[in-house]
Parts: sequence; C-alpha cells; structure tokens
Amino acid sequence: MTETHFVRTQMIEEQEPPGATTGAVGWMRENLFSSPLNAILSLLSLAFIYWLLAQALPWLISPTWQANSLTECREIIAEAGYGGACWGLIRERFLQFIFGFYPPHLYWRVVLDFALLAVALAPILFTGLPRKMLYFSAVYPFLMPWLLWGGTIWTPVMAAVGFVIGYLAQRFLKPVVGDLAATILAFVLPVVWWIFLAGPVPNAFASILPLAIETVESRAFGGYMLSITIGVVAIALSLPIGILLALGRQSDLLIVRSLSVGFIEFIRGVPLITLLFVASTLLNIFMPPGTDFDIILRVIIMVTLFASAYMAEVIRGGLAALPRGQYEAADALGLDFWMAQRLIIMPQALKISIPGIVSTFIGVFKDTTLVSIIGLLDPLGLSRAILADSNWNGIVWEIYGFIAVMFFIFCFSMSRYSMYLERKLRTEHR
Amino acid sequence: MSEMPAERTVDRSHMQVSDEIAIQITHMNKWYGTFHVLRDINLTVHRGERIVIAGPSGSGKSTLIRCINRLEEHQSGEIIVDGTELSSDLKNIDKIRSEVGMVFQHFNLFPHLTILENCTLAPIWVRKVPRKQATETAMHFLEKVKIPEQANKYPGQLSGGQQQRVAIARSLCMMPRIMLFDEPTSALDPEMIKEVLDTMVELAEEGMTMLCVTHEMGFARQVANRVIFMDQGQIVEQNEPEAFFNNPQHERTKLFLSQILGH
Ligand SMILES: Nc1ncnc2c1ncn2[C@@H]1O[C@H](COP(=O)(O)OP(=O)(O)O)[C@@H](O)[C@H]1O
Ligand SMILES: [Mg+2]
Repeated sequence: MTETHFVRTQMIEEQEPPGATTGAVGWMRENLFSSPLNAILSLLSLAFIYWLLAQALPWLISPTWQANSLTECREIIAEAGYGGACWGLIRERFLQFIFGFYPPHLYWRVVLDFALLAVALAPILFTGLPRKMLYFSAVYPFLMPWLLWGGTIWTPVMAAVGFVIGYLAQRFLKPVVGDLAATILAFVLPVVWWIFLAGPVPNAFASILPLAIETVESRAFGGYMLSITIGVVAIALSLPIGILLALGRQSDLLIVRSLSVGFIEFIRGVPLITLLFVASTLLNIFMPPGTDFDIILRVIIMVTLFASAYMAEVIRGGLAALPRGQYEAADALGLDFWMAQRLIIMPQALKISIPGIVSTFIGVFKDTTLVSIIGLLDPLGLSRAILADSNWNGIVWEIYGFIAVMFFIFCFSMSRYSMYLERKLRTEHR
Repeated sequence: MSEMPAERTVDRSHMQVSDEIAIQITHMNKWYGTFHVLRDINLTVHRGERIVIAGPSGSGKSTLIRCINRLEEHQSGEIIVDGTELSSDLKNIDKIRSEVGMVFQHFNLFPHLTILENCTLAPIWVRKVPRKQATETAMHFLEKVKIPEQANKYPGQLSGGQQQRVAIARSLCMMPRIMLFDEPTSALDPEMIKEVLDTMVELAEEGMTMLCVTHEMGFARQVANRVIFMDQGQIVEQNEPEAFFNNPQHERTKLFLSQILGH
C-alpha cells in the first residue's frame, strides 16, 4: 500500500484562467455557443434579427420628410425607388404632437417649464449635485402650473402659504396641544386655508400689485405636454400620498386605518377609466352651479388618487419586509414616530420597493393616454383627428409608431434610472 | 457554555453601588392577551448595580427588560425609571428611552446607514447635538469598543461581534444612565463572544448601571453583584453570584444551573 498525502506541503501560486474563457471569443463561446442546442438557438435568433431589420429598415429609411400629403409621399417613393414610410405627416404635426393647441407665441413657456422640471428633478435623482438646488425643487411645484396656465402670480403664492401654515402648525403647536393634535391641525388648517381663503385673498393682492402673465385655457393643452403634465404631477404626488396611506393602513388608530383601507380598496377596485368619466361628467353635477373646476385639474386628481392607492400597496410590501427589530431599535433610541419613519423605516422600505414604485410610475405615465377617451387631446387623442384628415387618410403605422417611440423613451429612462438607483443604494455585500 | 476566557482581573474600584435608586418595579404584571407573562414582579435596582437575569427560554426575561424602556407595555403595577413613572404619557416615554440604552440579541443596526451614521443619528435628532460634536462623541465610543477604523463601512460589511460592539457604542452615544442587554452574545459565534463581553466588562468597570439577560455565567461571576433567576414569569431567586452558583436554593435554579454549567 502506498502512502497518500492529504497535506499540501507547498502553497500553490495564483494561476492564469484556462485560455479562451476571457475576451470576445471566450464571451461568445460561453454565452452563445456553450452547447449544440444553444448554438442552434443563437443562429436562429441571428437569422430572425436579420430578417426583421431587412424588412423594417428600408421602410424606415424613407425620403418622405418633405411630403405634404399621402399622395406626395407615394410619388416620392415611386421616384426614389426605395422607402415606405410617409414621414411628412410627423414633420407637419410635430409641434402639435408636442404642444397641442398651446398658442405658438407662448411655446417658450412650456419649454422653459420642462427645462426647469429637469433642474428641479436633478438634485432629487442624483445625490452628487449641490444640496442647495433642493430649494428650487421645493419652489418648482408652485412655479410649474403658473408658467403653464398663466394668470396672477398670487395664486401659486397663496397655495404655497397653505404649506407654510401646515408646517408652522406642526412646528409650533406641538408643545401646546400635543403631538397628535398638532399633526391633525397641520393637515386641517391648510385645507381650510385653500378652500376658503385661497380664492379671495389672491384677488385682493392682484388688485394691489397686478403681477400676471397671459392666461392659457386648459382647452389649449394637448400632445406630450399634456401627458407629461398629468404624468409628472400624478407621479410626484402619488409617492407621498401613497406613503401616508401605507402608514395609515398600519396605524393603531382604528379610524385612520379604516379610512385608509377603505380608500385603497375602493380605488383599486374601480377601473381608472371609470374615475376619469366621473371626473369629466359626474363631478360637475355635485359642484355648486357656476363653479368652473378645471377639467385637467380634475383629471390630475383622479389619476393621482388612482396611482396613490397602488403606490400605498407597493410601499406596504416594503414595510412588511422590514424586521421588527428596526422599529424597536428606533424606539429604544428615543426617536419619535415621524423621525423613525423618516430616518429609519421609509429609507429602507422605499429602497426595497423601488422596482414596484417605478413600475407604478411607468404604468401611470402610460395610463395618461386614457384621457383621450374623455376628449382630452393627448397624443392618442390627436392621432384620431389626424387620421381623419383627408390629406393623410390611410396612415397608421407612422403615427402610432411615433407615439410609441416617444412613450418608450420616457418609460425606458425611468426603468434605467431605477436600476441605477438600486445599484447605488446597495449597502450589503454578501 | 463558554466560560469567560483567561480570568481577567476586574477593576472593581468604580463599581460601587450607591443608595440612589435607578429602577423601581413594584407589583408589576403583564399579559399577552390572556397569557400572564409577568407575574407580580418586584425589583429595585440601585445606581451602579450590575444585574444578570437568567432563566429558561420563555420565562419572560426579555419581556421584563423590554418593559423597562416600554418597548412593551405593562398592565398593572408601577415602574419608576430615574424618578419618572412609566405611564402612557408620550413625553415621559421619550425621555426615559433617551436615558436608557438597549442592546438587542440581533444587534438591530440600521443597514442603510454607515457605522458612524448609526451612532450619530439619535444624538443629532433626539438630543439635538451639533453634527460635529456628535461625530466626535461617536468616534470616542467607537474607539472604546475598538473599531474606529470601521466608521465609514456599512453594518453588512462587519462581523457579528463587530456589529454588536457598534450597537453598544450606538447606545452609549446617547449618554444613557442605564444599559439593558437582551442576550447580547447569543447570536454570535464562540470566538466573537469574548470581544463583546470584554466591552461589557469595561462598561461595568466604569460604573454603568446594567441589566443583562445572559447565560454567560463567567461574565455573571466577574461583574454582577446580583443574579436574578426567572421562571414562568416570576422572579424565583436572587442572590450574589457566588452564593447563587454555589448554593442555589430553588429546585428550578438547581436544574437550570446543572444544565447550563454542564457536569
Ligand atoms: N408579542 C408576544 N405576543 C404573545 N406572546 C409573546 C410575545 N412575546 C413573547 N411572548 C411569550 O411570552 C413568553 C415570554 O417571552 P420572553 O420574554 O421572550 O422570554 P425569554 O426572553 O425569557 O425567553 C414566551 O412564552 C413567549 O412565547
Ligand atoms: Mg429572550
């Protein structure tokens, strides 16, 4: 019997990996041709992609940008001997697709508004930027509607005052009336302010100091500008409202809990389109006669409520995934409820929920196309009018393709951002 | 059970017990639904005392110390901590919680914050200490628990023993007058238990009032001035460590000791 040594007497140096597992060839071998079946599938896929491009590219590369009607398109294509799509339509209607029927001499306001939106979002999306920019982000929600709809500057200022009242109530009434009462007052007082005083007070100010820009009617809103307006507002509001609803659903206070559950389940049980019909027709019946409650505002409220209910459930999932120990540690350190939520619970719960939250965002943005059914002229609503135009009668692919591509750009960016965020927030190294 | 390795001589010079009362519990009862989990608990803890609470699993040890900072609510009787009675008054609760530090079995560090942020969070937000000063205090305590070099890592990057020492430092940053420990070493691998116990011994040497639920009998021998034995929600025996280990009175205590000390 020979002796077997189980003990290594000499340490082994680090060695090169076996050849052809790295580099382009290695990558292909591993990912595309690792087995006969994999190789066949890879070749079939390549053939399919080739076929698809061979069909689509000649159609897409079409010299028809300058055409003014479908017949002109056909002539150009016949002359050139290649092409297929009729792009003249997109060129002609491009501004309408973006701005709807917004007065052309005021386009700059929309452009400025969305440029400022990017500035306001930047410090929220990317933490590397100066924190001072957040002050602008706080002002932007009041600036945005003013730039879009115009009118007196005092209306957004008075709306902002409502929030200041809420903040002051929470801050200074807490020692006087206690925690819970201060929180309730911080919600109730601003609402009272908005309902009863935010109407007459701006008028009074406006007569003293008339600072106003040209008013644009909601009727003029349309195209992507309308989709983005509804989508951005609904997305931005649905997150905080969803958080409050999710917390309400877990509350020890029976009334708060029942109201939250009732709201969430009701909204989730009703299709969005029903809510939009309510917004467009029924709501007027309940309003005192003569009140002019803006249609876009009504739609935004409905879409926001709808998104909030879904958001609440997504966030509840994140809350449920947190171990009890996190709440206990926060309590044991003496953090009060709102501090614990803000510093410990929500940062973790929201992080867990990022994929769900972003899915909801994307869903909301795409659902804004439903407003075309109640007669608002978002891109889809516009497309119907355009399809009926005798000059362009018969064009379908170009319009819907263009609309789809524009939506895809927004939704894909959101999806990519969420992946970036998840990577950035990963702190555990397992 | 692992004995305290290398019988280190403990400096008892600061470990005097004063007459001042830190915690006073009288006729306290607690139920979970209909389950009577704590039954007529009476306990007085003087400032500077180090009390070890032992007992079989499910006997109510955790519940008892969690009542002291009101992570659990008791239903009858009285708990007075640092002269303040625990009632449903929120202000009292927040005050007591910031005076009483607690260390958990599973550390409960905040995984989304760095070690340093874990330690400065409560001082900044609850005590309103300026950030710079909070950072200095945190670094002081991180040095004390011997991991200042980990300050900018996240909890997930540390070993269990290191995490538990951070948890102790985090509590100390609030400058508590009383520390509660709920089985601080039970979730640790044997080689990490010592580093956590060493930290706790040092704390005891400085005169901290401590209540420790633990089965580390070596630790109890070294620093405790009283060992309390609980069974079925009651305190069935309490004594000085030597007497407790060498001469247990109660049948349950004898059985328990024979089980955990081995033969
Ligand atoms: N939240 C709770 N609800 C109901 N019963 C509980 C709860 N927490 C603990 N118990 C029960 O109370 C008893 C005492 O628990 P605990 O104080 O954790 O014991 P120990 O820490 O001594 O192991 C156990 O029987 C346990 O099952
Ligand atoms: Mg326990």
